[in-house]
Amino acid sequence: MFVAGVVAGALLASTAIARAETRLTIATVNNGDMIVMQRLSSHFERQHPDIRLNWVVLEENVLRQRVTTDIATRGGQFDILTIGTYEVPIWAKQGWLAPLDDLPAGYAVEDVLTPIREGLSHDGRLYALPFYGESSMTFYRKDLFDDAGLTMPAQPTYEQVTEFARTLHDPANQRYGICLRGKPGWGENMAFVSTMVNTFGGRWFDMEWNPAIDTPEWHRAVGTYIDLLRNYGPPGASSNGFNENLALFANGQCAMWIDATVAAGMLYNPGQSRVHDKVAFAQAPVGSWEKGNAWLWSWALGIPSTSQKADAARQFVTWATSADYVGLVAEEEGWVAVPPGTRASTYARAEYTAVAPFAEFVLAAIQSADPVKTTRDPKPYIGIQYAGIPEFQAIGTQVGQTIAAALTGQVTVEQALKSAQSATERTMRQAGYR
Amino acid sequence: MQSTRSRIVHAALGWTVALVMFFPIFWMLLTGFKTEMDAIATPPTLFFAPTLENYAEVHQRADYLRFAGNSVVISFAGTALAIALAVPAAYAMAFFPTKRTRSTLLWMLSTKMLPPVGVLVPIYLLARDSGLLDTRTGLVIIYTLINLPIAVWMLYTFFKEVPHEILEAGRMDGAGPRQELVHLLLPLAVPGIASTALLLLILCWNEAFWSLNLTAANAAPLTAFIASFSSPEGLFWAKLSAASTMAIAPILVLGWFSQRQLVRGLTFGAVK
Repeated sequence: MFVAGVVAGALLASTAIARAETRLTIATVNNGDMIVMQRLSSHFERQHPDIRLNWVVLEENVLRQRVTTDIATRGGQFDILTIGTYEVPIWAKQGWLAPLDDLPAGYAVEDVLTPIREGLSHDGRLYALPFYGESSMTFYRKDLFDDAGLTMPAQPTYEQVTEFARTLHDPANQRYGICLRGKPGWGENMAFVSTMVNTFGGRWFDMEWNPAIDTPEWHRAVGTYIDLLRNYGPPGASSNGFNENLALFANGQCAMWIDATVAAGMLYNPGQSRVHDKVAFAQAPVGSWEKGNAWLWSWALGIPSTSQKADAARQFVTWATSADYVGLVAEEEGWVAVPPGTRASTYARAEYTAVAPFAEFVLAAIQSADPVKTTRDPKPYIGIQYAGIPEFQAIGTQVGQTIAAALTGQVTVEQALKSAQSATERTMRQAGYR
Repeated sequence: MQSTRSRIVHAALGWTVALVMFFPIFWMLLTGFKTEMDAIATPPTLFFAPTLENYAEVHQRADYLRFAGNSVVISFAGTALAIALAVPAAYAMAFFPTKRTRSTLLWMLSTKMLPPVGVLVPIYLLARDSGLLDTRTGLVIIYTLINLPIAVWMLYTFFKEVPHEILEAGRMDGAGPRQELVHLLLPLAVPGIASTALLLLILCWNEAFWSLNLTAANAAPLTAFIASFSSPEGLFWAKLSAASTMAIAPILVLGWFSQRQLVRGLTFGAVK
């Protein structure tokens, strides 16, 4: 009888403990900073014994589809979502995200870099907190430039880049003048092409939401892009995204590469790059207009309004994006592994700038990236490498496919842009913009 | 002489096809033991210092056994349920056909032609409202339903190969439909049922769309485990290869041991 009582008591007690424990499900993407966060989250669980974390790690496109389905149908599967600067304002407008007002003073929200903070806000309210931020820049092989007697300016132009690519292109030795994104997708080739369009004086839409794709600016930008890749790019460039180009550059097969600033950490790492001691960098090239040439992106943690555990989720989100967390990463993984592009205080640390020679450059690139005033002519949307409207994912991917078709020679640039213009006009008309 | 030469040509052709089909798997196995730098090397390296660091990292980052356990439970339960439903359906269609049997079979198969993403939102809402999101039961039901047309179609063709006379003889001796099915048809069609089950098992094991979209933390199978090692920014080929090797290992072993049954099933009825 006594034993039965003890067992029943123990069972009741364990049930009570189980009830008191809050389980947070976090949907996230598999990138280096997130893996470190997953590893260090045991510190958070130790500090908050009543909170347990379940990680759902997915590939970027799958993650996007998965969390969009869940949040649009109010499925309530996740308590914390990994989303980017594109989704946050759109989802916040839909009421899908919980606002992150009244953050604790210790969080020092003003320390978060202004362009990133603004990118994660809607109507002046913050809806997600960043754990990673990036812009874009030009990477090049210093040794090849020196051997050829070339000098990369701090701010190159596309004209100069074309000239450099022509000189350094050596396909017989599997070394290509330039590597650029060619894989179709709004976050793939179009992220890069959009920055080229900006800096060649173009934009996605005019102030009446008319697509402005079949215009001289787009023709010049896309024409230059296709000439560069066709004449001086690697074979099969239309299937190359960030990772494929990273592999090519790290292997010593690209003389230049224009892509995300986050690649700097990988290219300077001897464990990941055969050219770690031969890399140098410059700003993303410009065309006829000196703005909009570098993009701005941040991965951030947001809390869906459907979460029943918003308080616990908020505790984790503020912990994982705090300056203290940056310190913890430095302590456990080294300064080179701290999440880049989020906090000014990170860049003020001499320990960080000592191990990351590109740090100040990345900071300047992010701080100068302005999602509002990007294009020569006024535009009705926010965003540098995308237009911050829900329809853009479909539009960007469709236009990306026509540009990839032009790259492989299936259609001419003129045909591609004409068809992109009419497809975008149709989508915008159906969406009720005109 | 002619037959010897033809045998050699056939054997060579068979080996070539087998090697071409096996090569991607072999390359994946190999890449799992390379460093990320070796994995992306051009030209590809065949000889390298093997490392287990990818397996160690995969093991550290994800709970393989939980994912594998979910895969085993969901695949076996989905297969068993599909076979249990398909056997009586195929039996009725094979031995008591009506004028609509053929078109019903074709209609069932046509449901496989719909892109799954087209019904994602309705299924997601149904799963949400019935509390089946992120549950193994939810996936078992989905797998049973998506594989049922293939199961019925395959079993139907296997049952058609069984001589009617044997069943008629049973009927003459007083066997009812249930006895006819259990005592006569099933023992005769075991190889066919086994190969259908094995195919369904492989389809369930490899299914990625629904398993990624309907699960989160609790019911995720090995397809979700593999997907978690694909990275948007950073080298991941070696780790992904290690994770993929771990994911296919159980089903590969099962396929290896049951290949005799599978071949018997696939050639069932070829020689009467």
